[in-house]
Amino acid sequence: MVVKVMVPTPLRQFTGKQASIECTAATVGEALGHLTSTFGELRKHLFTDDGRLRSFVNVYLNDEDIRFLQKENTQTKDGDTISIVPSIAGGSCRERN
Amino acid sequence: MAIPTVALSQQDVKLSREEIQRYSRHLIMPEVGMEGQLKLKRSRVLMIGAGGLGAPLGLYLAAAGVGHLGVLDFDVVDNSNLQRQVTFTTADVGKLKSEAAKARLSALNPSIEIQSYETRLTSENALELFKDYDIIVDGTDNFPTRFLVNDACVLLGKPNVYGSIFRFEGQATVFGYPGGPCYRCLYPEPPPPGLVPSCAEGGVLGVLPGIVGSIQAMETIKLILGAGDPLVGRLLLFDALAMRFRELKLRKNPECPVCGNHPTVTKLIDYEEFCGIRGEETLPMTDGIPEITPKEMKARQDRGDDLFILDVREVHEYQICNLNGKLIPLGELPRRVSELDSSKEMIVHCRSGKRSADAIFFLQKAGFKKLWNLKGGILAWSDEVDPTVPKY
Repeated sequence: MVVKVMVPTPLRQFTGKQASIECTAATVGEALGHLTSTFGELRKHLFTDDGRLRSFVNVYLNDEDIRFLQKENTQTKDGDTISIVPSIAGGSCRERN
Repeated sequence: MAIPTVALSQQDVKLSREEIQRYSRHLIMPEVGMEGQLKLKRSRVLMIGAGGLGAPLGLYLAAAGVGHLGVLDFDVVDNSNLQRQVTFTTADVGKLKSEAAKARLSALNPSIEIQSYETRLTSENALELFKDYDIIVDGTDNFPTRFLVNDACVLLGKPNVYGSIFRFEGQATVFGYPGGPCYRCLYPEPPPPGLVPSCAEGGVLGVLPGIVGSIQAMETIKLILGAGDPLVGRLLLFDALAMRFRELKLRKNPECPVCGNHPTVTKLIDYEEFCGIRGEETLPMTDGIPEITPKEMKARQDRGDDLFILDVREVHEYQICNLNGKLIPLGELPRRVSELDSSKEMIVHCRSGKRSADAIFFLQKAGFKKLWNLKGGILAWSDEVDPTVPKY
């Protein structure tokens, strides 16, 4: 299944600035695995050391949260869009660093 | 989904002749009309933050005739705010945001009541502050306050009109609505510090908070009027570069620690600690990192010491100003570490000293030993050594 993975702005620094990646994957987990093996630095931002998806990273298959489907085992079909939705906090953007 | 309207005070209010003229473009619309305009006049909305999101929000809510507007912000207007915080003028720099916003909004609409709160929102004051308002609008800039606003809204049963921004991307939704999801249904836990770039690394295009804050203003007014379909159970994602809106489904999580079937959070907690900001996760990062002050660095350079300067900011920041160091952005350091010579004494700097501390922490693990963190970064260099270096 050819799916499109949308990379949110904060994580694009780890994908060579690419906003989306197309890959072949039968499940959401496979697509994310493909993504993190292509872009190694992305792994720690999405997965814990023991390989579980981090709780502050939300993954959607089309417009549905995978936590309410079969999580990483959710099956994909051709043309599906997988979105990574990170927490962002900005509002007035006070400089900190 | 059938949406109950926000319970407003039943106080008997009327519009003056002047107000009828002022709101005539609302009054002639059946969706607002006299009834809707009086609802707006009776409504009480508390804005958390008078920054980028708060700017359009405050202006539109005041202009629309929201009768009681609370503006909470502890910060002071800075020059660098003016690029997006359009409530303020250059003459406001140095003034309290809550006061400057109150003055601006009162000038826009003298017939409404505006209460300014020059305070930080805390677990101690949140419930007391929120209880007199019908709707809370979250325009803050940090995770601890976002979790605090959410939990306080859920505990009090008040809707939380949420918006957040990063560079060219925005998110908006209404949390805490009866039967709808809350912020913790979407994000049960905050990201640990360091895993999400801060605004200083991120920046934001000035118009973006204008758009997202306007969406929050629209949703707030719809909730007051009970008109249309509120943004409940839907997360609106906005990508300004692609100029595209997308919508994702948000579901109430039965296992949510605050609004789920068996809540474990039943009162407000320490949100700084919850977000790891005071916890041990961040502290070791500054321990064991040797620092050098800008003056010491300058003295050693003047003496002719062989010092390698590593700048871990982003390329566009380097273009604003630099100390002639080698540029390797923090995010690229792991794969470019081989470009560095560990035998040389190295001073690492960024804008204020935090990213460079992270870089040193990484380099230490990679075996580098002769490392110094430039204390206070290029900002301190500008203050203490060379004022011609611009601060940003």
